[in-house]
Amino acid sequence: MRPVRALGAAIVFGVMTLASACGGGGGEEASAEGAGKVTVQAANGAVTIPEKPGKIVSLSPTHTETLFAIGAGSQVVAVDEYSTHPRSAPRTKLSGFSPNAEAIIGYEPDLVVLSDDMNGIVKALEKVGVPVLLEPAATNLDEAYDEITDLGKATGHDAEAAELVRTMRADIERTVETTGKAGELTYYHELDNQLHTVTSKTFVGQVYGLFGLRNIADEAEDASGGYPQLSREHLLEQNPDLVFLADTKCCGQNAETVAERPGWGDLEAVRDGGVVELDDDIASRWGPRLPELVKTIGDAVRKVR
Amino acid sequence: MRPVPLASAVAVLAAVLLAGLFVGAADLPFGGVLAALADRLPFVRLDSGLSVIEENVLFELRLPRVLMAALVGGMLAMAGAGYQGVFRNPLADPYLLGAASGAGVGATLVIVLLRGDLGFGVPIAAFAGALLGVLLAYSLGRTAGAAGGAATLVLAGVAVSLFLSAVQTFLQQLGTEELQRIYAWILGGVGGADWAQLALVGPYALVSTVILLAHGRLLDVLSVGDEEAAALGLSAQRVRLTVLVAASLATASAVAVSGLIGFVGIVVPHVVRRLAGGSYRIVLPLSLLGGAAFLAVADLVARTVIAPGELPLGVVTAFVGGPFFVAVLRASRRQVEA
Repeated sequence: MRPVRALGAAIVFGVMTLASACGGGGGEEASAEGAGKVTVQAANGAVTIPEKPGKIVSLSPTHTETLFAIGAGSQVVAVDEYSTHPRSAPRTKLSGFSPNAEAIIGYEPDLVVLSDDMNGIVKALEKVGVPVLLEPAATNLDEAYDEITDLGKATGHDAEAAELVRTMRADIERTVETTGKAGELTYYHELDNQLHTVTSKTFVGQVYGLFGLRNIADEAEDASGGYPQLSREHLLEQNPDLVFLADTKCCGQNAETVAERPGWGDLEAVRDGGVVELDDDIASRWGPRLPELVKTIGDAVRKVR
Repeated sequence: MRPVPLASAVAVLAAVLLAGLFVGAADLPFGGVLAALADRLPFVRLDSGLSVIEENVLFELRLPRVLMAALVGGMLAMAGAGYQGVFRNPLADPYLLGAASGAGVGATLVIVLLRGDLGFGVPIAAFAGALLGVLLAYSLGRTAGAAGGAATLVLAGVAVSLFLSAVQTFLQQLGTEELQRIYAWILGGVGGADWAQLALVGPYALVSTVILLAHGRLLDVLSVGDEEAAALGLSAQRVRLTVLVAASLATASAVAVSGLIGFVGIVVPHVVRRLAGGSYRIVLPLSLLGGAAFLAVADLVARTVIAPGELPLGVVTAFVGGPFFVAVLRASRRQVEA
């Protein structure tokens, strides 16, 4: 029995090595002479990309939104399963969480855009000569704008990217200005119904910070980083003026469901309409729809102030 | 002799539960909590001075959470003692035998396939999974080593647990929509405990407790040997099966609400045996009380150590239980060699 099994394993192994040797054999680096190249500084270093790439694969919902917002949508051939916006984006089974190099290469991309380097995907794609742009989750507003600028440069849409950044900045500033300061208002931003939340240091936390809102989770910063699981007792005790639900889609939460949680019925936010149902996606992406999130927050601040 | 340890265990548990009500992430005034609790007693009318929110913290969050921690700990420890009696193996434990991971797969299946919220489906599926996990581990251990020693069964249980964890991971990949909930559940904890949840698993816990405690004496007879049991007109197989089912039900009722919390089922019965001897008539009830106290304390740590953040309960028990388990292993090795 045992030798047979070993033989089987050897055969399987041999076939696998053969297959991988044949795979990715499209290594004719036929960079057409004269075709321009652009170089973009991304998180994975300086990346050289053929001018106006025509087969872009995006594995990041945020970057998919940006690509379409700056007019590069027609150059996109495939996006990951969670790139739900815009509707016209060519959604596939590709995953940004467990990316599969061969599945990506199957689209013969001349540019791959992603926000996470999972499973060593960046190295794998670089090995076979596919230009990869790693633009990780922004940690502040300026980084978000920089990434849009990068994508503009990489796809040949510099002007549109610059225009998008300009309007985003203006929209956000206008909302913050017309809203005015939040005074002493406190808030809680919910990521899931296990009370995972964000502190002021996170990207979303900084967006709330634009209004001067005070985050009730900040005391948990030192113990558990930017995304603590908040104690239910602490939440009740703090009694925040505003509760923002970024788990309406993932976990089916809304103003009614939170009102039914033990002890929540007497919270001021629940009693006085301070529970705000966000769109999970808009609240977790750092792309072109950011002004919408800012506007929602501004409206809520005006409502309860 | 017997009433003494039982009475002291009840006293310890009562003290721990009370302490759990006075300490938490929210700072409630000591006197206010005392008055609010006394106010709930019949014929006592006291103004606690607590605000509505503070009352909610105490009665809607803290009290059910303390009780749930006690229930889960009691069930796991008692189930552990039951398994140890059935398999005549001090290392049998819901976690190591594959019962807990089997319950996990059952619960995950329901969450993923039925999108069910915590209704009756989850505990029942967890129960079926727990039973399946144990039987799988036991039959594997039997085939691996003729009526294998302590280690064989544990190895079989570990193998089954690993296999079931793989199944669980696979199911999670299918249900990415529910990923958050499943993960929260795996990390283990009683943070979401409320009265509705207690009412849901309370009956299962009660039934399994009654059955297990009633079988203490029979397990004692079994530990002497199957022939002696048969001579007394006792069907060893039937006793084993009954205890196995009841212990799996206890495991499932705990695991369904709290996720995977390891080591309680092995650490507590072992301490009990050291303190009060090996008779199951005393080991079972003491494990119930001791497990309840142990997990209530562990949860107290989980909810206060990094307050206002929360620590997963499974992390706390593993922290205490891991090193302890190694010590038990070494002690039992010595006994075998002696």
